[in-house]
Amino acid sequence: MSLDAAAVQQRIEAKFPGKITSAELEVTDPFLVIDNAAIVEVGTFLRDEPELAFDMLHCHSAVDYLELKEPEKARIEVVLHLTSLKHRHWIVLKVMLPRDNPKTPTLENIWPTANWHEREAYDLFGIEFEGHSDLRRIFLPEDWAGHPLRKDWEWPDEWHGIAVKPDEKFSQRAMEGENIGVGPFD
Amino acid sequence: MDAIKALDNQQFILTKVDTVVNWARQSAIWPMVFGLACCAIEMMSAGATRFDWDRIGLIPRATPRQSDLMIVAGTVTHKMAIRIKRLYEQMSEPKYVISMGSCSNNGGPYWQHGYHVVKGVDQIIPVDVYVPGCPPRPEALLYGVMALQDLIRERSLMDDNREGRKPRTVEVPA
Repeated sequence: MSLDAAAVQQRIEAKFPGKITSAELEVTDPFLVIDNAAIVEVGTFLRDEPELAFDMLHCHSAVDYLELKEPEKARIEVVLHLTSLKHRHWIVLKVMLPRDNPKTPTLENIWPTANWHEREAYDLFGIEFEGHSDLRRIFLPEDWAGHPLRKDWEWPDEWHGIAVKPDEKFSQRAMEGENIGVGPFD
Repeated sequence: MDAIKALDNQQFILTKVDTVVNWARQSAIWPMVFGLACCAIEMMSAGATRFDWDRIGLIPRATPRQSDLMIVAGTVTHKMAIRIKRLYEQMSEPKYVISMGSCSNNGGPYWQHGYHVVKGVDQIIPVDVYVPGCPPRPEALLYGVMALQDLIRERSLMDDNREGRKPRTVEVPA
């Protein structure tokens, strides 16, 4: 039987009181914000409880909130989209991490698919997944500087002699009539 | 003159070595098989039955050692750039490069915010023909190959392989 988000929240609350720090149920994808220290046990519970049976982590992502106007709210959110193929219901979990030195336990022992997803989040956001079996960059070159989806990431000028930063010279080449084959936005 | 006259009707032709060699080179341009993004789909279409680039002598080779032409079809990321440079260096002279599509011409849609994209493959390897489009139609790619054939025909064996080769942009007819 498929459950709605309120029912899922109720079951987690009954098993782990106080581990849901906030919830938003009146949106397209209802989400529960879970205490970082409890995410592994909550995840294991969600997967193994027969009534819930969230057997698939179908999306794992992260968002960087720099919040320049209210620096005390600055955070990185890890967003987990869970699906139960058995019961056909969905839930979104979020974990809030501090922007400086974000650390969260790995979920690869619950959903093996998290292995690559966490490598991606590490690559682009610099989130450290504690206990991950192989936390290397997955997309960018190994010697890349920084984590580019951080809002305060600074572009390197070049990587091994190849220009990285969008430079006026590139637009000038096209604008000043050097025939380099114009793109769709020129 | 008498010697030349003696060749009349003897089924000989007289020509320049340049002409023969260039004719051979431009008639058998063997591209290396690799594609990087959506442009590669158009490139495959150019090779398949409807457009059939075998007609103008393009036979795809699976190794850089046997290839004359590198078609950079798609988005060149930094991680790929070093591989492309390596492959280019493995090709033997004379070798030619067609930059196919906006991404490899100048970064294309990743021009401003694509931290991972090389803004133009010509930062890494010298390019002979730029084919604009996002992606270019197979006709445009074949037009680019024909532009490369023109370039080959203008060369001489006495020329240094790279020197004086002016890159050209294909203007695709509307």
